[in-house]
Amino acid sequence: MAEQGVPVTLTVNGREVRTSVPPYLLLVDFLRDTLGLTGTKVGCETGQCGACTILVDGISAKSCAMLAAQADGHQVTTVEGMAQGSAMTPLQAAFWDKHAVQCGYCTPGLLASMTDLLQRNPDPNAAEIRRWMDGNICRCGVYQNVVRAVRQVAEQAPGGGGE
Amino acid sequence: MANLLAGPMIGAPIKRREDPELLHGQAKFTADLTLPGMLHLAVLHSPHAHAVIKSIDTSAAEKMPGVVRVFTGKDVVDKMMRLPVIWKPAGVESHFPPHPYGLPGAQTALATDRARYVGEWLAIVAAETREQAYAALPAIQVEYELLPVVVDAEEAMKAGAPQLHAEAPNNLCTHFPIGDKAAAEQSVAEAEVVVKQKISIPRQVHNAVETRASIGRFDPESGEYTLWTNTQIPAGNHYMIASLVLGVPYNKVRVIAPHIGGAYGSKGYLYPDAPLVLVLSRELGGRPVKWVDTREGLFRTTVHARGQTHYATIAGSHDGKISAFMSTNYASLGAYSSHNGPGAPTALTGRSMTGAYAIPHPFYECYLTYTNTNFVGPARGAGRFESNLVIERMIDLFAREIGMDPAEVRRKNFVQTFPYDNGLGWNYDSGNYAGALDRALAMVGYDEIPQRKAEARQRGKRLGVGLASYVTVAGVGPSPRMGREGLIGSTWGNTVLRVHQTGDVTLITGSQPHGQSHVTTFSQIVAQELGVDPERIEVIHSDTKGVPYAQGSYGSRTYSVEGASIYEAAQRIKEKARLIGAHLMEVAVEDVEFVEGKARVKGSPEKAMALPDIAVMAWFAWNLPQGMEPGLEVTTYWDPADFNFPFGTHIAVVEVDEQTGQVDLVRYVSVDDVGNVGNAMVVEGQMHGSIAFGIGPALMETESYTPDGQLVANSLREYAIPRASMMPHFELDRTVTPTPLNALGAKGAGDVSQPAPAPAILNAVVDALADLGVRHIDNPVTSEKVWRILQSAPHGKGQ
Repeated sequence: MAEQGVPVTLTVNGREVRTSVPPYLLLVDFLRDTLGLTGTKVGCETGQCGACTILVDGISAKSCAMLAAQADGHQVTTVEGMAQGSAMTPLQAAFWDKHAVQCGYCTPGLLASMTDLLQRNPDPNAAEIRRWMDGNICRCGVYQNVVRAVRQVAEQAPGGGGE
Repeated sequence: MANLLAGPMIGAPIKRREDPELLHGQAKFTADLTLPGMLHLAVLHSPHAHAVIKSIDTSAAEKMPGVVRVFTGKDVVDKMMRLPVIWKPAGVESHFPPHPYGLPGAQTALATDRARYVGEWLAIVAAETREQAYAALPAIQVEYELLPVVVDAEEAMKAGAPQLHAEAPNNLCTHFPIGDKAAAEQSVAEAEVVVKQKISIPRQVHNAVETRASIGRFDPESGEYTLWTNTQIPAGNHYMIASLVLGVPYNKVRVIAPHIGGAYGSKGYLYPDAPLVLVLSRELGGRPVKWVDTREGLFRTTVHARGQTHYATIAGSHDGKISAFMSTNYASLGAYSSHNGPGAPTALTGRSMTGAYAIPHPFYECYLTYTNTNFVGPARGAGRFESNLVIERMIDLFAREIGMDPAEVRRKNFVQTFPYDNGLGWNYDSGNYAGALDRALAMVGYDEIPQRKAEARQRGKRLGVGLASYVTVAGVGPSPRMGREGLIGSTWGNTVLRVHQTGDVTLITGSQPHGQSHVTTFSQIVAQELGVDPERIEVIHSDTKGVPYAQGSYGSRTYSVEGASIYEAAQRIKEKARLIGAHLMEVAVEDVEFVEGKARVKGSPEKAMALPDIAVMAWFAWNLPQGMEPGLEVTTYWDPADFNFPFGTHIAVVEVDEQTGQVDLVRYVSVDDVGNVGNAMVVEGQMHGSIAFGIGPALMETESYTPDGQLVANSLREYAIPRASMMPHFELDRTVTPTPLNALGAKGAGDVSQPAPAPAILNAVVDALADLGVRHIDNPVTSEKVWRILQSAPHGKGQ
């Protein structure tokens, strides 16, 4: 495995990681198997389900569709790094309030996608939220409650919900 | 939680105790687990739908980097028995491969001499890493002799069709007729109006976002086998593996279900991997082995659902009364039975065929056949998705034939009095079907639909509205009845409830959560009954070392069966606490009541003993009533007297684009009645899930086989699943008609409304196209199908 490694330096959940990775290693496998960050899930391995969605420099990205080597020089945030310890981000708390979690397998990916959306648009409407969610499959059917959760964050933000 | 005694906990929409670890990414699913010294497995699937396996040469693969060993069917065939089938439809002709214990048999874990479907497991590589295991698969050399293939359930029964099992002539597994055929035929012959329709329901693939996975570890010192796997039925897996597959002592097996990433019925089985990983770990000297399926593997070898073709007849009079309903259903079981596979198309579909209606002369028969396809079994809405799609389409066809509003036909034929024997084996417990219908009609604004149709037409859209009522059997189930149906097993609920010396509570449940919120909802029952803060209630489940033999979660049984057993356990705890309290307070027993967490003297609420004070004395046992056992713990086994029958009406409003055939689901209204609920927010979430799981097969989901037995959809690139933007905001309401069958008054809720969306949407699309002469469209109603209809319409694009 160590043969032909690509040296990488990246930040994962605020901590610098300096290592070398096989050139073919997927970012999701690097996170899960090498770093032990198993909060990021694998669903389809072909980019359809969105379970592996993480934040790269704050932008949502499917980590099964990125090589670990491509993360060199970037800031990666996984579900484990969204809040400190037992605290929750407003979005995590809103998912809890609005029952936007059932089995929880798609949850880390949904959190990443919705975090990205709220950074781009702090007050998205229901249609915009649903469109932004289209990269994430939840087979339990939590979409409507994710809309409610994202709306709660928008409405509780300073100056939010005015529109 | 501080205010918990201020109001009832049962039913309250409290936030889930399960969520923090899921939201923090700390919950461990099977694929997240790593054991020291663990090897990784990759499976070689048959690429052919039907072939003799002449030879398998693993020598080159075994020399590949990291490969420890390659196993074929011949390596394990004498180390494990064929998997059992645990549902043999009773009282009818049925044919299965034999299991050594006289049970019906399914498949062997690995094929030995013949592959009968694409994906059947032929060999397994064990290697140091997952990628090394997969890299070795192409090096396995298999020599095949191809055999003719049959993939269609009806074709499989015809003379000259390829034969799958020597034990099943003409590929017939089961012929299952119920109802009085002669009476139904006579009623049809005498009827004023008779409508016939063939309705084909293609396969649906559950597609849990988490694929299946198993880790097996054999401990050579203790001889104990430990299995971690994402199963809905850990105890069922334990029993079947120990007793019916490996033949090892029951107490040498332990099954643990970690967090599960959705199941929807697809993980309620004994699959080949579960016993295999244990045998392989033993053969490898006790090194743990891990198998995690791929999405392609899921499409090929995790159970499929649906796949039925009905020839249906509905008969009645011009005044809207239905007199007879008949359906002959051809369904394939796949190449083998998935262990409970025969249950859905026989009892579940068949006994449910009359839906919400009082039909004097019903008849159903099913021909269940073997084909060269992956096996078929229950999915959310099991069996009743199909029955409800058929009856609700036929009701609309009948309404159109006699020129009566479909809502009115439903109202005229609803079951009105309860209990009601539907003539096919179900006994409906309670209901107010017209109440749910009326509420749904009011919510959608049914009277304004003609105006909306006219308005939509000006925008180039054809608006259609579709109704679907439903009654869904739930609360599986009364064990003696299940035994009579042919289930080899039981379906009661069980609970161990223990109040510790401190007043903290441990609840051990036989049920198995995979998203349904057991921990929260079960805590609410105990919290209310015992007056304990939910945070002080620990809920243990899903590990057969410590959890007694139990049933798991399926068939909308969790709250109305397991919940009822928890409620019963709490009553027994309360009674014992009351007796101890009375004894210690030196008050007559009849003067003491247990309320709000205290044994309290009636009329003198200041004279009371709190539960923790009673519990410590129960465990110390210094001064208990004469003859009473120490401790404050009870075990209940609660078997319902019968199934319960939730019901409701859903209404879909669609707009069909006249240029493209695109079907947009613009409104979705549902009114469901599941009796009393455990947590209103959780039940609403379950309804969202059921609707989404029905919209999929209505509009886009489908799996099929080419004539040579290859799957058309092998990944989520070819298999469409509805996304958030494809669904409108669901408008939900509930009516409440408690069941008399349990103390909670609760009916099942998990999958009960799943059978409504597809017929509602199909009825809406047919309504939108009715003026073009369209009577029926099989699901899924894709844009392409609708576009073709619009293109072939007599007036071009409809006008």
